[in-house]
Amino acid sequence: MSVEFVTFLLCAIIVIGGAFGVILSRNPIHSALSLIATLFGIAVLFLNQNAQLLAAVQVIVYTGAIVVLIMFVIMLLGVDKVEDLEEEPLIGQRTMAAIAGICLFLILFGMFILGGTRVVSGAPNCVDGKVVTSGSAYEPGCVAKDQNLATVGPRPNVNQIGRELFTNFAFAFEITAALLTIAVVGAVILAQKPKNVLPIPEPEDMGYEDVDDEAFDEHSAEGS
Amino acid sequence: MSNGNLTVGYLVLSAMLFSLGAAGLLRRRNPLVMLMCVELMLNAVNLTFVTFGRMLNDITGQVIVFFVLVVAAAEVVVGLGIIVAIARRRPGATADDLNVLRG
Repeated sequence: MSVEFVTFLLCAIIVIGGAFGVILSRNPIHSALSLIATLFGIAVLFLNQNAQLLAAVQVIVYTGAIVVLIMFVIMLLGVDKVEDLEEEPLIGQRTMAAIAGICLFLILFGMFILGGTRVVSGAPNCVDGKVVTSGSAYEPGCVAKDQNLATVGPRPNVNQIGRELFTNFAFAFEITAALLTIAVVGAVILAQKPKNVLPIPEPEDMGYEDVDDEAFDEHSAEGS
Repeated sequence: MSNGNLTVGYLVLSAMLFSLGAAGLLRRRNPLVMLMCVELMLNAVNLTFVTFGRMLNDITGQVIVFFVLVVAAAEVVVGLGIIVAIARRRPGATADDLNVLRG
């Protein structure tokens, strides 16, 4: 019973409980609060795996920005009414969703159990060429081939990630900046108040009789 | 339980989280809750990336999580914009009511 194991167990319970809260709460506000619990659990699991920067970013960006944004929209729209989970517009939707989820989990679980360490494809950054599966995340798991890439090394975590981001991933970094700009512009355009607000009409009955054709025929008959 | 099995534990946990997110996405009809379920799935993938990075002794796994975070933020911003635009024209719409592409 290592410290990491106990922390993992506690966080796993919080994460899974929060996930169930998200998908089973009838009130969207409760879903959002459960989502915060899940994201915090994930942040602690990041810390558990020696990813300190990501843990901080997870709390700041996800719980500090994204969930607050979601909550803000819930309040803005006033859609804090309860959703009737028993109602099924598609017959068997709930059952089929549960079956799909269980099947997906069983496939992934079977893959991890049968595959073991072989599910991790890619070349390990170790001199002996083996995947690290033992030891604490805060100790070097093996002798690193490339010291710049090692998760535990002489340099701090933030240093390592910053160096990677601005050297090997510089192009991807710039593209993400463009993506964020496009998302901001798109959000501003979407949130503009339209001048003439018309309710979206109910879809019409798609019959085969084409009214335009009849009008055209009448018009041509008049003309001749 | 030794630490050797714990890395697989993280992977199994993230598989469970991903399946729960997928099931919720299929089950719920409120667009906001569906968006939250997508966040759950993205977080499961983030956890997998960090675990793989640890197993391969490679910091790249943590770098990629950054890009996933950015894409998640952009997705939420645009998704919420669409939800607000829809709710203005048709209040109380669920995902089943939105069956026309024109606005």
